[in-house]
Amino acid sequence: MGIVEIDNIAYEYIRRDEEGNVEGIVRAIDGISLDIKKGEFISILGGNGSGKSTLAKQINAILYPCEGTVYVDGKDTSDEENIWDIRQSAGMVFQNPDNQIIGSVVEEDVGFGPENMGIPTPEIIERVNEALKTLRMYEYRKHSPNRLSGGQKQRVAIAGVVAMHPKCIIMDESTAMLDPIGRKEVIRAARALNDVEKVTIILITHYMEETIYSDRIVVMDKGRVAMTGTPKEIFSRVDELKKLRLSVPQSTALAYELKKRGVRLGEGILSGKELVTALCRSYATM
Amino acid sequence: MIRDITIGQYYQTDSVLHRLDPRDKLAGTLIFIISLFVAKNVTSYAVATAFLIAVILLSKVPMSFILRGMKAVVIILLITVLFNLFLTPGITFVSFWKIRITYEGMKTAAYTAVRLTYLIIGSSLMTLTTTPNNLTDGLESLMKPLGVFRVPVHEIAMMMSIALRFIPILMEETDKIMKAQLSRGADFESGGLIKRSKALIPLLVPLFVSAFRRANDLAMAMEARCYHGGKGRTKMKPLVYRGSDYIAYAVIIMYFVLIVIAQRVGML
Ligand SMILES: Nc1ncnc2c1ncn2[C@@H]1O[C@H](COP(=O)(O)OP(=O)(O)O)[C@@H](O)[C@H]1O
Ligand SMILES: [Mg+2]
Repeated sequence: MGIVEIDNIAYEYIRRDEEGNVEGIVRAIDGISLDIKKGEFISILGGNGSGKSTLAKQINAILYPCEGTVYVDGKDTSDEENIWDIRQSAGMVFQNPDNQIIGSVVEEDVGFGPENMGIPTPEIIERVNEALKTLRMYEYRKHSPNRLSGGQKQRVAIAGVVAMHPKCIIMDESTAMLDPIGRKEVIRAARALNDVEKVTIILITHYMEETIYSDRIVVMDKGRVAMTGTPKEIFSRVDELKKLRLSVPQSTALAYELKKRGVRLGEGILSGKELVTALCRSYATM
Repeated sequence: MIRDITIGQYYQTDSVLHRLDPRDKLAGTLIFIISLFVAKNVTSYAVATAFLIAVILLSKVPMSFILRGMKAVVIILLITVLFNLFLTPGITFVSFWKIRITYEGMKTAAYTAVRLTYLIIGSSLMTLTTTPNNLTDGLESLMKPLGVFRVPVHEIAMMMSIALRFIPILMEETDKIMKAQLSRGADFESGGLIKRSKALIPLLVPLFVSAFRRANDLAMAMEARCYHGGKGRTKMKPLVYRGSDYIAYAVIIMYFVLIVIAQRVGML
């Protein structure tokens, strides 16, 4: 059984006018089924408005589906009783680092989740220190979050979730507002959590480069799953990706164009390094 | 101008007063303020003065820093004093033209001036020596009994601490929007009051929009981290009284008793 099981769900945002009459309906999710295994690193790609955030909020029980069911760790998200268990086992990191840090001191913010869960004081302190060390933010524990860089703030936010000992962490475009260095920091942290702590990671992004290490990529479009597969499989379908207005990594795009013009290269080249090796090999065999 | 107000500001240093439990300082400040209204003669004011000087010395906050906070309220102080001076009825001391100053007026004016000054110094000493977080924690703990009357104590404290966290962020944002509008030719400085207030609209509207968006995001982030009010919540840093805190309570009670005695047996 997977940690997250999404069974044919749909979700509609209903806009109402002042009198409460329905003004418009946006079907943000339109029939999605997805099984996420324990310890998996899964990336969700998709353009703006494709329904990524709406899907993420289903997993964290912030929203629950209009049709179909979502199970997190075997628990139904639409059952009120499970809500706190689900939010503890599936933590969420949001996009804007400033708007998700609650405490005025780093360590107090990380302690916020465990405090809400009613963990005894000595264990909170233990969890906070451990989480800050995992995210390599321990030396900043007494600092004010206002003085940290974007990448550091996001790591504090992740530590805040880690301190709740979740089984699964959803990152909803958590790198979107960061500079390239900050983005690298956050992605490295996510990979470390997945490798070392065996936390399931659901990484939502529209930067394709960030998804190359994932076990599986799900591409979303208009509230549906447009493609799924390993990074190599997905990245070899460049034309389809472009049609969904997703920017393909430069080296992948270059390899694709070269192949179209008859250069013999392997499938799904993801990084510059891979491209260079493949090109050398192809040149040697010519 | 905002920078001049020291009330509500924290002065970072290490002193006996800084290390005291915030509940001590809150209760102490309250008792001190009450004592200022009990005291009505020279002897009792002498006791209050001695106590205040002792506390200032203990706090290690430089006098210049405390007085800087007074600057912001000096006008209010002046107005109150002048009102008392000219409008108190009694035996005439001097009179010229239509103005009359009485003995009673002089006395009340002097007492009011001292009382207000002490009140402001006393309460700013509390905020100068207590971090905002500590202060909200203290308030929450002291107000807890009010929960019986359905006062949302935890929520009030949470709101205060969130406000404290977001004040610097919103200040920075105001600055950013201001610069953006200035670069588009906005003029915040010239013209009369009405023109200047109108000029604030392009500053306030984006600021409010952004503040509401932040509030929305933050509420969701809090819920995602299992926040569901104060019920069943534990504390990472609970307030615990230590020996020195009990001593401080004893001292402040002794001070109050002294004031009451001085008021009874003192002169003037
Ligand atoms: N609170 C909301 N009310 C109404 N419509 C919404 C709301 N949030 C999102 N939508 C709509 O739902 C669709 C999916 O949005 P979202 O899940 O935020 O996409 P993504 O995160 O992939 O950019 C969009 O068409 C968007 O306009
Ligand atoms: Mg989104």
